Amino acid sequence: MSTKVVDRTPLTFYERSYLPAILSGLKVTARHFLRSAKGHNTATDLSQGYYPEVPWTVAEGYRGAPYLVRDQEGHTKCVSCQLCEFICPPKAIKITPPGPEGIPSDRANAEKMPREFEINMLRCIFCGMCQEVCPEEAIFLQKDYSLTGTSREEMIYNKEKLLSLGGTHAGIQKWKHKLESAQHQEVFPVKTH
Amino acid sequence: MPTLPDLLFYALAGFTLLFGFLCVANPFSRNPVTSAMFLVLTIISMAGLFVLLQAFFLAAVQVLVYAGAVMVLFLFVIMLLDIKEEERRRLNKAALGIGGVAVLAIAGLLVRALVQATPLASAAGQRAEGSTKPLGRLLFTEYLLPFEILSVLLLVAMVGVILLSKKEMK
Amino acid sequence: MDFIRYLDPTVQFMLFSAVKIVLVFAVAMTGVAYAVLVERKVSAWIQDRVGPNRAAPFFVHYLPVVGPFLTKLGIFQPMADGLKFILKEDFTPSYVRKIYFWIAPAISCVPALMTLAVIPFGSTLGNANNPMVIADLNVGILYTFGIVSLGVYGIVLAGYASNSKYPFLGGIRSSAQMISYEIAMGMSVVSVFLVVGDLNLSKVVAYQSGGIHEWLIFKQPLAFFIFLVSAFAETNRLPFDLPESETELVGGYHTEYSSMKFALFFLGEYAAMIGASAMMVTLFLGGWTPIWGGAPASSLLVGLSHIVWFLAKLGFFMVLFIWVRWMLPRFRYDQLMNLGWRRFIPLALVNIIITAGLIALTHK
Repeated sequence: MSTKVVDRTPLTFYERSYLPAILSGLKVTARHFLRSAKGHNTATDLSQGYYPEVPWTVAEGYRGAPYLVRDQEGHTKCVSCQLCEFICPPKAIKITPPGPEGIPSDRANAEKMPREFEINMLRCIFCGMCQEVCPEEAIFLQKDYSLTGTSREEMIYNKEKLLSLGGTHAGIQKWKHKLESAQHQEVFPVKTH
Repeated sequence: MPTLPDLLFYALAGFTLLFGFLCVANPFSRNPVTSAMFLVLTIISMAGLFVLLQAFFLAAVQVLVYAGAVMVLFLFVIMLLDIKEEERRRLNKAALGIGGVAVLAIAGLLVRALVQATPLASAAGQRAEGSTKPLGRLLFTEYLLPFEILSVLLLVAMVGVILLSKKEMK
Repeated sequence: MDFIRYLDPTVQFMLFSAVKIVLVFAVAMTGVAYAVLVERKVSAWIQDRVGPNRAAPFFVHYLPVVGPFLTKLGIFQPMADGLKFILKEDFTPSYVRKIYFWIAPAISCVPALMTLAVIPFGSTLGNANNPMVIADLNVGILYTFGIVSLGVYGIVLAGYASNSKYPFLGGIRSSAQMISYEIAMGMSVVSVFLVVGDLNLSKVVAYQSGGIHEWLIFKQPLAFFIFLVSAFAETNRLPFDLPESETELVGGYHTEYSSMKFALFFLGEYAAMIGASAMMVTLFLGGWTPIWGGAPASSLLVGLSHIVWFLAKLGFFMVLFIWVRWMLPRFRYDQLMNLGWRRFIPLALVNIIITAGLIALTHK
């Protein structure tokens, strides 16, 4: 047998009185207190200064506010499928899809594009579900963490604002690749063995 | 011209009666929590009366035991009950009648006692230094038997509670 | 100041009392504000954080070395906090029971401050028949217990008035917790008074005035320990902060409160801490007496030094309250009740019997 049963030694009366635990706890907290009071702060390096003056370096992969992104050619990637609207736990996203006549999309081979896309940043919890669910990779949690506004209306970001804040996403261009592969298929390349 | 203690006596006695009345028959609210709070105020006013009688120990114990402990338990129990049902309940005529008879009987006894009693010359001589010492001495000498009987009564209540709460664990 | 001597004794007494009340109130209020600061700073340092270090009025900027140092210590933070509490929106939810919702913060705050009335915080100042205590009651300790026991109504009523589930649970918890630990507390004090032989707090201090070896903490260590732990429970401090346990009950009884009403609960909690610390100093650490012992002050300076001694001991307990908060996790409710009813009350009873027996043996 690989498992080995270790007998748990019963606590002595002194140990059961909580006193040794309390005393060692007091010792640990006092040690940290004195170290911090002397200025040797262990948790963060504060030699450069404090937060608002010295901005925080946002780590790669940080999940900040979600913004819409464009592809390299400056086209909107969102196709108004509304999956993010449905998945959003705090219901912060509101998408107005185009009507039957549609609005002209700003790129070829895109059927739809949102007429309006709003994220209420007061509701948003930065969970990343929208990014997770997006089939077009059109919405990403970016590095903004400190959003402020002077009114509730101001904190509802519309499509234009989201797109301008989101910038260009230099990663995957799903539809460009699909178009290329479709065009490629038209050529019927002859396979040489 | 009435002195300050006189004024305080009438004010506190008035408060005691007023709060007591509001506790049992509040015309504005039939909420049990409100009644309980008025009972607390009654008790505190009575403690004030004890202070006027120089019975500081009684006053402190009155607040400590009744207002501070018993009434908190009352509130605790009231909060676990369905208060809405209590607020809807109508006045019970029979209970009102029986209560009235009881009040009249007690009032009669009190009046009779007051009429028969000879007024004390002055309570000033009775003012003891530390009012706890003579009280304790009295409890353990002259009133030892009633004191012990009361403690046995409390013991019986405690045994009863334990018996009731342990019923399911046969 | 000579005119005071020629006043009627009653007027003189009233004048002195009024001055003492105002002073104690002012010191207690400042104490509360700075206890909050100490709490924040100590907690930050224990957790390797920085704590409040920037609030400062404009003129501090011009002070050369002292200004930045004080700002770094957060000395001006309490003023900013107080201003913030006053300026915040006072929001009353529509579903609350209005009257109780309004009076509950006051009820939780007033008793905590009233307990300070019987604490002797110094010997005498100038005049020998002017003791540094607002009300020298013969039943001082009973008065304190009575008033403290009323403080629970603030929390219970806040829980009831909020009319929502988490505050309600907090109120229910606190009503049971406070009663339980009041009993343990009261029982632990009985043995102290068996030793001293008087309920008057000034007499208790006089009994311990011989120096550090006369302090009751060494004569009644068990009573001190029970009183200390019960004081933590009575003031709803960690590890016994079940009425407001943030992780389970959002904010407990003050979940629905905002602005100044919330500030009153806050003030009540810290005033209760000050009251409990003052009680412990008076009962177990010799009150205002210095460690080498001392008779009532003969001069103004010695009288002031006695007040400083008292405040220093008080500060020790305040720091202990704060220190323990960042060290122990919260008790579970059954553990809390177990500790109170099945450990402390029997222990306190045994302590009373042993103390009484010893006194009976030696007092022949």
